[in-house]
Amino acid sequence: MANLKTGEKKTKAQSMGLHTEVLTGKTQQKFFNPDEAENFYYFGTYDVDFNKRTEIDVKDMECREANKKIDDLMKEGYGTIVIKNPQGKHSLGVGILNKLNLIFEGSLGYFGVGSMDGPIVRINGRVGWSCAENMMAGKVVIEKNAGSCFGAAIRGGDLICKGSVGARTGIDQKGGTIIIGGDAGAFTGFMMQRGRIIILGDVGINLGDSMYDGTIFVGGKIGSFGSDAVEAELTDSDQDWLKRKLKVAEIGENFDVSKMTKVVAGKKLWNYDALEPTEKKGAI
Amino acid sequence: MCGIAGLIHRGNTSKVGFELQGMLQALKHRGEDSTGYALYGKTDGQNFIMRFKVGENVGEGSTSVMEDVSVYDERKKIVDGYLKDLGATIVKEERTLPYSLRYEIQYDKDLMEFSQKIESVPGVEILSMGKSLEVIKDLGNAEAVCKRYSLDKVEGTHAIGHARMATESGVDIKSAHPFWGYPFSDVSVVHNGQLTNYWNNRRVLENKGMRFMSECDSELIAVYLAEKMRNGATLEEGMKESLMGLDGVFTYFVATKDSLGMAKDTMAAKPLVLYESDDLVAMGSEEIAIRSILPQEIDTYDPFDGMVKVWQI
Repeated sequence: MANLKTGEKKTKAQSMGLHTEVLTGKTQQKFFNPDEAENFYYFGTYDVDFNKRTEIDVKDMECREANKKIDDLMKEGYGTIVIKNPQGKHSLGVGILNKLNLIFEGSLGYFGVGSMDGPIVRINGRVGWSCAENMMAGKVVIEKNAGSCFGAAIRGGDLICKGSVGARTGIDQKGGTIIIGGDAGAFTGFMMQRGRIIILGDVGINLGDSMYDGTIFVGGKIGSFGSDAVEAELTDSDQDWLKRKLKVAEIGENFDVSKMTKVVAGKKLWNYDALEPTEKKGAI
Repeated sequence: MCGIAGLIHRGNTSKVGFELQGMLQALKHRGEDSTGYALYGKTDGQNFIMRFKVGENVGEGSTSVMEDVSVYDERKKIVDGYLKDLGATIVKEERTLPYSLRYEIQYDKDLMEFSQKIESVPGVEILSMGKSLEVIKDLGNAEAVCKRYSLDKVEGTHAIGHARMATESGVDIKSAHPFWGYPFSDVSVVHNGQLTNYWNNRRVLENKGMRFMSECDSELIAVYLAEKMRNGATLEEGMKESLMGLDGVFTYFVATKDSLGMAKDTMAAKPLVLYESDDLVAMGSEEIAIRSILPQEIDTYDPFDGMVKVWQI
């Protein structure tokens, strides 16, 4: 655990009187020092070759066994792995922390490709609840529908569902972009804190309920706005960004983004005390 | 947590007992305290099939009080006498287990009066009454219950089932799902979730003469729908009303002699995956339940909040 000591050099936040101590010890900053790149080791990552491709059939495997197999193949340098017959199994492809082309030929159950950081995933089927939960980086493309809590608490990357998704999409989202080609259920963007959600179809009731920050774009009808979610002006730069993003996502390329509704936090529920607004805002 | 599953073959029959067993077994991680089946079998439609229990399973894990097996025989004897008094004729009698019985009976009068009389015997509960429906429920996972009652050979058009993790009430048959839609012939319900206005609704319904056999909140759905239907509502109308009348989080299935329905609460807090085709509808708490009968790649989806759907055979 890091130690605390009084620092002499002041950051902007410190000069505002928000905190005077700095972290010492094995901090993230020191960990990622580029000068020490040669000594750097990121647990669970491997050097893989995208041109080295293999297939595994997980029909008769438990999820733990299948995930171990994926890990072993990455260790052997395989950069493209095709998973056959996932058949709705839970927790497949979780915790992958390096670059990888991962292709699922079929559908996943709950918590598919959760807590990942870097891979490019294509799922030629449907996904169950909490797909890509806590994703840090990478790209996930789902060809069919998705269950509820799609992209819960993601912090980065692009999560794309070409079909429709269930309730609470992007709940607690902290970054990244979620793109839905079809409709989305109730409580989409519930308590989202950052990042963007794009829904080309209709969305259910309580959109953006209790959202702290972030932006939601809706192409179709909105069931109702949630508490503290408000409509904002769709700017030219928003439209440029939407066009670019949809093109990269291979979805709704010809969609008329000028008719989309932009939803943001009204920030009436914000209840930060006077002394630490910057710190709190920094946390989200 | 609990898991629910259901299927309906449209225009044909299949081994629904075997299929439902596979679906529920795939959901066993959602609860193995008890498993229940509501099977709509192929019958001639002439006689009522009454599944009833004269005691509880007091095996491992049960919260029921141990009883001497001789009381089961005494209760059965009283039930047989009451059937005679009611003018019912027993056509066929099967005793699968000491506490579990299946009667085929000829009866053409009021089912409410019938049920009240039979269930006035302490320890006796009618699990189901219908000309197609048979509710079989017991402690253990789907495989164990299926084996115990030889359900894998049952052929029929549709079925719903439940794998239970006991939370708010005991590990016993009376709290297990499915629940019969007393006093309606061939109506059954399974539920995944929690109802928070159970006691308020129960008091109201009891005052209207409806009966509760357990303290399991899910039983309320069966009684609630039965009361709506008794007052002239269709099944679908009753289900739509339940979205506002029942408070809490729920996904439930209800089946009748010729239909299967699902309802999901307005918070969409409980899972459901649905597969629909022209000849088969299959649904369950998780996709793996559907995959147990349809291993090939199929299109499935999560129904949205507040959705009610009913399919006919």
